[in-house]
Order: sequence, then C-alpha cells, then structure tokens
Amino acid sequence: MKDTADPDLDTLIACPKCDALYRVGVVNKGDRARCERCHTRLYTRRRDAGLVIITTAFASAVLVIAALFLPFIEIRRLGFSNAATIVDAALAFYGGPLFGLSLAVIALIIALPLTRLVLTIYTLTPLVLDRKPWPGAKRAFRFSEAMRPWSMAEIFVVGCAVSLIKLTDLARVEIGPAFWMFVAVVVLMAVQNMVMCRWSVWKALDR
Amino acid sequence: MTVTARDKGLVACRECARVWPADHTHCEVCGNALQSRDTQSLQKVWAWWIAGIIAYIPANLYPMLTTRTLFHTSEDTIIAGALDLAAHGAFGIAAIILIASVVIPLGKFFAIAYLALAVRRGARWPPGRQYILYEVVEYIGRWSMIDVFVVAILCSLVQLNVAASITPGIAALTFALSVIFTMLSAQSLDPRLIWDRIETQDTKDPA
Ligand SMILES: [Zn+2]
Ligand SMILES: [Zn+2]
Repeated sequence: MKDTADPDLDTLIACPKCDALYRVGVVNKGDRARCERCHTRLYTRRRDAGLVIITTAFASAVLVIAALFLPFIEIRRLGFSNAATIVDAALAFYGGPLFGLSLAVIALIIALPLTRLVLTIYTLTPLVLDRKPWPGAKRAFRFSEAMRPWSMAEIFVVGCAVSLIKLTDLARVEIGPAFWMFVAVVVLMAVQNMVMCRWSVWKALDR
Repeated sequence: MTVTARDKGLVACRECARVWPADHTHCEVCGNALQSRDTQSLQKVWAWWIAGIIAYIPANLYPMLTTRTLFHTSEDTIIAGALDLAAHGAFGIAAIILIASVVIPLGKFFAIAYLALAVRRGARWPPGRQYILYEVVEYIGRWSMIDVFVVAILCSLVQLNVAASITPGIAALTFALSVIFTMLSAQSLDPRLIWDRIETQDTKDPA
C-alpha cells in the first residue's frame, strides 16, 4: 500500500492486532486474507457462511438446552448412586460461602454460550434472508464477540473427561447422554468459528 | 516495510477493522470506541496482573476440595491432589492438572510481565516472536478453568451419603478469580504496542 491518503476509507482494512493497513482485495486477491506480518485472519468471504453459522448455532442451542436436564455422569459406590446434570455442576457451590462461584460457573458454561448462540442467530438471520438487520443487531453482535473468550463450553467438556478418570478410583462411573451432547456442541461451535468472518458480518450490518 | 493505519493519519477499529480519520472517537460502523493505541494499556495490564498473583497464592495454600469416604477424610490442595493422582498411577491426569493449574498460570504471569516490560523498554525477542507469545497466552489462559470445573463436577456428583462425599474448598474460589484476573490482564494488553517497536527498528532498512 504505497499510495497516499485515499478518501475512500471503505476499501481499507486495518489488522486489528497490529494496525497494518491493507486495501481489500489487494491482499491475496481471493476470498481469504491474512495479515502479512502477524497472520491474523482479516477476512474469509464465503457465500454460504451465514447459513452454516445459523444452522450450527440453532442446533447447538437446542442441544445445550436439552443437555441441561440430562445427566452427564453417573456414579455408583457401595449401593449408593448419583447422577449429575450440568445444572447440578453449576450449582455445586450453591448455598455455601462459595456461592459467587456457582454464579460464575453458570455464566461460563451455560448462560454465556447460550446467549452468544441466540445473539448470533438474531444478528445473522435477517442478513441471510437479505433483509434489513433487526433493531439492535449491531449491539448484539458486538456483545456476542466481546463474550467470546468467556464462553467455556469446550473447557467444561475437557473438565468432564478429567473428572471421569479421577472418579474411576472412587466409584463406578458411567457417561450420560448430556456429555455426548456437549461434545457435539463443541464440534458445532468449532465449525461456526471457522466459518464466521467478523469483517463480512460488519460489512453486511452496515448496509 | 509495513504501513500502519497510524502512519496514514488514520485510526483503526479493533472490532470491525474499518479505518477512520484520526479525530474520530467512535466507529461509525459498529459504534466501538476508537483509540489508535490504548494509552492506559500497561496500567490496566499491571493492575490485573497483581490482582491475579494475589488471588493465586491462597489458591495454592488452601484446599481445593475435601473428600470424605467411610473411614477417611482428606483435604487436597491443587498440588497435593495432582501428586495423589500420580501416586495412584494416573500420571496422564496428574500431568493435565499440573499443567492447567500450575504450569500455565505461572507461565502466564511470566509471559505477560515479559511482554509488558518489552513494550516499555524493548526486548531481545523480535516483535514477531513476542506476538506469538501474546497469542499463546490469550489462547491458553482460559484453559486454566479446567480445575474449577473439575471441582464443580466432583462436588455435584460425589454426594453418596456416607459412602463418599466431596465438598469444595476456598481455593476453588481464589483460583477461579486468579484465572479471571489474568485473562483480563492479557486482554488489556494492546497488541499493536508490540508491533510499534518494529517500525522504529525498520526505518534503517531501505523501504
Ligand atoms: Zn497484523
Ligand atoms: Zn468498528
């Protein structure tokens, strides 16, 4: 980008991580672009992206809600048995001095992932249908992006796996349906993440 | 040599990657507040960093959980819990817990401090490598939450009357706080500051 001050700021894109400036379409010409020096993904244009994201988001939301009330691990020892749902796990600290931790766990493994899914559907549905964005779509999308690092469904799944192995010593352990549903959610969210291009969404929201 | 938005008298939006004349305070596309460089970045980084360290100390001294079986009660700190697992031959899980709860948090404290110092005083590592370290810290930091989730799962699941029960300890709370504070510390670091050093170094090269 050797040429100087261009009034057409629309065609410029700055790397959000290192501030390097590019002209859209000049980097790599094609539909994907990465920053030349820090390799941050600048954009990935895919025609079917919106549809893929909405479908996976909808499927994930259904799975998360269904998984809430099903057991994800069941244990037996000396004739006593117990099955825990995700809600149980989130409320493990409830009623004690660690109450705040229960709220945090609810937020990290249920509330924030679910909120992000709903906001994603809200933001993208009108765009896929080629309609005007619904009111508040910009704020919804900004919040959803800001919450990305705090949505920890995949970490919870790994935590389940670790707990399973920790428990084998103490009791007989069985994996419940909710565990597999959460595994599916993690895979769907990874697909969604790969396809989602922040730059394209903002471009579409700005029309 | 890379041209940055700042070089062109522009300010970039870190949310949607659009650029605006330097006097803009808010992005017209997404509404995000604009700052060419976050001038308070380092102050925020250090404030959260110190909070993270303060919370991390009790997290290691106090028990994460208390396990009661018929004849036996044990209180486990993070490290004692991992050593116990290793003693039972579960080396893989012991390693996961040790890495997630000790190696990653300590490594993160060092890495963030190194990056913050490098931004102010320069460092031997080139910005490219510093930036990779920054990305690793950002990506991996959330995974320290595994141990908190494991405690939540164990406590909700192992409630087998007299046969066995597990209750959470205060360290679960301070550990969770420590992870949250360090995530905030890493997020406060404006990565564009890392790259700014390369500009001053590069001016020697023929453009
Ligand atoms: Zn970059
Ligand atoms: Zn913006």
